[in-house]
Amino acid sequence: MPQSQRIALVVMVALIAIGPFLFFPVFLMKVLCFALYASAFNLLLGYVGLLSFGHAAYFGMGSYLSAHAAKVWGFTPELAIATGGLTGMALGAVFGFLAIRRQGIYFAMITLALAQMVYFFCVQAPFTGGEDGIQAVPRGHLFGVLDLRSDFTLYWVVAAIFLACFLFLYRIVHSPFGQVLKAIRDNEPRATSLGYRTDSYKLIAFVLSTTISGIAGGTKAIVFQIATLTDVNWPMSGEAVLMTLVGGIGTMFGPALGATVIVTMQNELAEFGAWVMVIQGAIFVACVLAFRRGMIGELQAKLRKPL
Amino acid sequence: MTELWYDLEPFLQQGTLGLVNGAFYALLSLGLAVIFGMLNVINFAHGAQFMLGAVVAWMLLSYAGIGYWGALILSPLLVGLLGVAIERTMISRLYKLDHLYGLLLTFGLALIIEGVVRNQYGVSGLPYGVPDAFRMPPVDLGYMLMPAYRFWIVVVSIMVCLGTWYAIEKTKIGSYLRAAVERPQLVQAFGVNVPLMMTATYGAGVALAAFAGVLAAPIYSVHPAMGANFIIIVFAVVVIGGMGSIMGSVVAGYMLGVVEGFVRVWWPEASATVVFVIMAIVLLLRPAGLFGRK
Repeated sequence: MPQSQRIALVVMVALIAIGPFLFFPVFLMKVLCFALYASAFNLLLGYVGLLSFGHAAYFGMGSYLSAHAAKVWGFTPELAIATGGLTGMALGAVFGFLAIRRQGIYFAMITLALAQMVYFFCVQAPFTGGEDGIQAVPRGHLFGVLDLRSDFTLYWVVAAIFLACFLFLYRIVHSPFGQVLKAIRDNEPRATSLGYRTDSYKLIAFVLSTTISGIAGGTKAIVFQIATLTDVNWPMSGEAVLMTLVGGIGTMFGPALGATVIVTMQNELAEFGAWVMVIQGAIFVACVLAFRRGMIGELQAKLRKPL
Repeated sequence: MTELWYDLEPFLQQGTLGLVNGAFYALLSLGLAVIFGMLNVINFAHGAQFMLGAVVAWMLLSYAGIGYWGALILSPLLVGLLGVAIERTMISRLYKLDHLYGLLLTFGLALIIEGVVRNQYGVSGLPYGVPDAFRMPPVDLGYMLMPAYRFWIVVVSIMVCLGTWYAIEKTKIGSYLRAAVERPQLVQAFGVNVPLMMTATYGAGVALAAFAGVLAAPIYSVHPAMGANFIIIVFAVVVIGGMGSIMGSVVAGYMLGVVEGFVRVWWPEASATVVFVIMAIVLLLRPAGLFGRK
């Protein structure tokens, strides 16, 4: 790991460690869930160049299945969250297989359409509870021992999940496999001519990303003890894009910072209702027109070091 | 024979009603295809502009007393002008970048438009009655009675789609347009103002969306989310039809409306998802779309 990233990692871990002594743990857990979600999304957009506009499907279904596993099947929280991850993996394998058949703009439209299909399924399927969602999901005992009803205890579990997945993503991006992904992003025909089966690489990256999105959704369900249609609807897909864009596409730490900024903004502006939507739209427009590198991206360009 | 007819009749009826939805799919995917062909931008705001067309029609009626026929002309004009302003100030800066930025920008615009309408009028529907001219007995098609207004939607949308196709494929301006799609620099060198054509194309595409919105106002309730619901289905329609040809996107629009109608008879719960399922099947069998070129 280059020094700049090592410093950034230390800063991030330090912030996570002192966070709960300064802010509400529930708020921080929300930030961590979305940071994970955005980081998983960024694996595709930032390192393979694939814009998925349907990540809500994996986040939301992960959330639903985790909630269902914890509440109805009586799974312990770690197994419930793993169920969410497996859901994201299975769904991602099917949808990814379909979507990678087209490139660029079509890929975005296909993933969006497939995600909307999942949304319509969730509106009608009985197990999701329709408009009510799955409520009163028990947090349970970690490994059957550690009681997670206290926000403070749960926070450290969520922080551990986030860090483990974040380091896993870092490992993927900086592995030989990740090098091939970046080669595909920069020039797919050349990667093909070097003998790589680019479709397999794209599919594996897609499934990795959706698995982690499912884990993020499942963790969110356990933290807030609820899974709803909001988690699976298209604005949720847009949030992953927005957080990544604000933080910096194709940077390791950008999506997490972007998620922090956006979640904080949503919390602060919650009382203004639909204006949040307008402001998020305005941030989108402003970022695309004038701030395409994002916060970490700008910092990276200034320092000339990877972050 | 009569028994077979009884089995078929509901399919025919629902298929015909499905043409109404298909009319909107066709109008919207036509606008998307025209804009994409010329600007290489997927206009995510298309749904929001469709909704805005309906809302402006409602506003014209409530604040200015201008009725349906006036709105059918004025609303597309106003929303189209907004489109022109958007293209000039924002989209035109993105032509040199990756296409994805156009999608992200227009997604942001869609959020802004929907959010503003939501703040102003809330999430519940605004009532917009069927115009007086259509308060007449339903049209008798032999196998069913079709409400006059729905009949009008199908007729007018077919006319508009054919008109647009004719304008692009058969007129002189259309030939400039097609030439500019293939070789913008060359066409510009011949003295054609290509940037102006791009602005006009975007404005016209947006106006088309608003026109569809006014058409939709009397039969769907006018509310902020109406555009988003439609546009995602229309994206699937576009993937199925392929954006290569104007005719392809229009035909795919009507076809899917009809298929949706059939499915409503046979398995009502699936009618919301059938378009997406068809999209998945088309991707497996013909990844470039039914009418698309690879």
